[in-house]
Amino acid sequence: MTRRMHLAAHFPGVNNTTVWADPRSRSQIEFSSFEHLARTAERGLFDFFFLAEGLRLREHKGRVHDLDVVGRPESLTVLNALAAVTDRLGLAATVNATFNEPYELARRLATSDHLSGGRAAWNVVTSSDAFTGENFRRGGYLDRADRYSRAAEFVATARELWDSWTPDGVPRPFAHRGRHFDIAGEFGLPRSPQGHPVVIQAGDSDEGREFAASTADVVFTRHSSLEEGRAFSADVKRRLARYGRTPADLKIMPGVGVVLGDTAAEAREKAAVIRRQQTSPQTAILTLEQIWGVDLSSYDPDGPLPDIDPVAEPSLTRGRTRRGDTVAIAEKWRALSREKGLSIRQTVIEAGGRQSFVGTPAAVAAEMEEFVRQDAADGFILVPHLTPGGLDEFVDQVVPLLQERGVFRTEYRGTTLRSHLGLSEPPRLPLSSAP
Amino acid sequence: MLHLAAALDQPSVHDADPYVALARLAEHGGLDFVTLDDTFARPGPDALSVLSRIAPTTGRIGLVPTVTTTHTEPFHVQAAVATLDWVSRGRAGWRIEVSRTEGEARLFGRRHSAPADALWQEADEVADVAARLWDSWEDDAEIRDEATGRFIDRDKLHHVDFTGSAFSVRGPSIVPRPPQGHPVRVIDATDGPARRTAGRHADVALVRAASSAQATAVRDQLRRYAAESGRDPDELRVLASLVVDLGDGEYAAEPGHGGGGPRPTAWGPLYRGGPVDLAELITSWYQEGTVDGFHLVPTEPRRDLERLVNGTVALLQHRGLFRTFYPGSTLREHLGLARPANQYAGETS
Repeated sequence: MTRRMHLAAHFPGVNNTTVWADPRSRSQIEFSSFEHLARTAERGLFDFFFLAEGLRLREHKGRVHDLDVVGRPESLTVLNALAAVTDRLGLAATVNATFNEPYELARRLATSDHLSGGRAAWNVVTSSDAFTGENFRRGGYLDRADRYSRAAEFVATARELWDSWTPDGVPRPFAHRGRHFDIAGEFGLPRSPQGHPVVIQAGDSDEGREFAASTADVVFTRHSSLEEGRAFSADVKRRLARYGRTPADLKIMPGVGVVLGDTAAEAREKAAVIRRQQTSPQTAILTLEQIWGVDLSSYDPDGPLPDIDPVAEPSLTRGRTRRGDTVAIAEKWRALSREKGLSIRQTVIEAGGRQSFVGTPAAVAAEMEEFVRQDAADGFILVPHLTPGGLDEFVDQVVPLLQERGVFRTEYRGTTLRSHLGLSEPPRLPLSSAP
Repeated sequence: MLHLAAALDQPSVHDADPYVALARLAEHGGLDFVTLDDTFARPGPDALSVLSRIAPTTGRIGLVPTVTTTHTEPFHVQAAVATLDWVSRGRAGWRIEVSRTEGEARLFGRRHSAPADALWQEADEVADVAARLWDSWEDDAEIRDEATGRFIDRDKLHHVDFTGSAFSVRGPSIVPRPPQGHPVRVIDATDGPARRTAGRHADVALVRAASSAQATAVRDQLRRYAAESGRDPDELRVLASLVVDLGDGEYAAEPGHGGGGPRPTAWGPLYRGGPVDLAELITSWYQEGTVDGFHLVPTEPRRDLERLVNGTVALLQHRGLFRTFYPGSTLREHLGLARPANQYAGETS
């Protein structure tokens, strides 16, 4: 049987892949931009539309980062508005489980699911960042292990609340007492049209993978080369059995870019231009400073990499995580630069490149199908580099080819996001005991 | 000019369509804004979410959800209200309320209920920090300067460094300054503890008053509080908030109601009668200079709002007391309120 592919659209925003300097780039904040991208995604019969979140503006060397898009609207509010201008498209909001409380967020998500007729999704993220915590009552932060245990209890608690009304619509008291939450009362809403909003998880650590296997309906990953994707998929899906789940219960969807051309060479050339736009001379130096941990503003972006070693200075850039051994990264980048004769900017471009599908529409459609056929992904979250027209070409040129190949739907069969994803409605939890 | 607003509250309605229908009806009547009340204490959807859902289906009417300040995060609240302003293109308001009960506190499990004075003190701080966060971006912060590679001019973004009695916020906001600068802040100032906050922060104060004299007394006090906090009292709109039951024909069925004025009930002053007599009541209070307008809470939303728009409003328009079209596009423009200056403009971050 042919495997069906799932497609989602990410609204490009606060990251250095968004090319704001392109003349076709429009507002990153006005509703018309969101409306255009969402309508395009729905025209392309996508499963869902995806918004990221950031709860503090990133800073570099003690000042607000100014080279990329800065600022964005609050996700759930935009998605509720988009529910008015779309009919079938799923609407996925990234919302932090560290800086929210279960009762309030479960209620907001259930409201969105009711208002959209069963199209809401929650991308659960966590934070162990005291920098972000400075904007919240909590003030401090949670260590790495605690933030996942809080997130897991958060999702479990939300599900108890979502299921707390009787099937005929009568509120029943709930009581949840756990390590992180001790709450009781009555939930504000009956069970929502798709049972529970879809739960998405992003994050690649071991705890993240376990969290996904135990709880998520969709995993948003960055593993996008065929080999890495297969390994990640196999690993996460192997973990499912432990929780009584099957591989069909969890969809793995890497975030990918797509660059199209009339010929392979033209597409490659366009991709190179985009990557150069994504890495301005200033961005190249800043990226280097994030690894080296020192001020490198006197270096020429078109010159060679610094021969000094990185220092441990994790606070140079705040609000963005860069993992790993910086000395080893610097060593690797210098080797790359020497081997290919690359400048700082060229090295950053070369080393920072993400997997994208680059080619003619036919080649891209074939390659995407191959990923799904070989179990490297269940589908893709497309991350365009332009707002708001970044999906137009893909929907016009690639979606029809995927449909011809029989790997993508030609119409929406159901009305809920769960039905698009082929996920069944979650069974109702036993009613929790009254306090 | 008279200002009119109506409540969209409908018990046990979670779907979008009934709210959309009522909001469109109110917009058809040219009302300044609609409110949707909210509390964690009783069943019902999240009000700000419902009004966000309505925003693209309406074009002019102001959208004012209640968002409480006691158990919520001030940073999230201001971002959501600013975003409602973005998605509605300048039509957002925020009705500020507190959560009083221990039952609401148990839903969060973080702290116990507190006396009204303390809750309004905190609400005051939340209103303050929200205004600062809305101002934390200057209007022209986005520059897209290709020559220097900068998307924003970071000298036009500001940390707010707010420390209150129960929370602190560093800032700046994640959301650029909303179209109205500050979305319109509405406070029900009927109860004593809310009045100082209303005087300091509200653009619109609601007063549940059963008589013209009672409304006048509260309005005078609110204007005094506004002046004491350094504001121009003429920048505060005071609306009488009445529960209306228009089910009794064109005119008041019971003598003493309708033209005779509302009577006090557990839910607030109730006007019961016909749309024509309601127009009489509105005209007389307004012409006495008691209030700047009315906030009407229908007991049976579909029926009453329809009668309100086609009866009462039509009559007020005919008398030249109420607008027949929206001359502006933002809620501030409907209310005749200026767009606030940015408190940080010109400062270096």
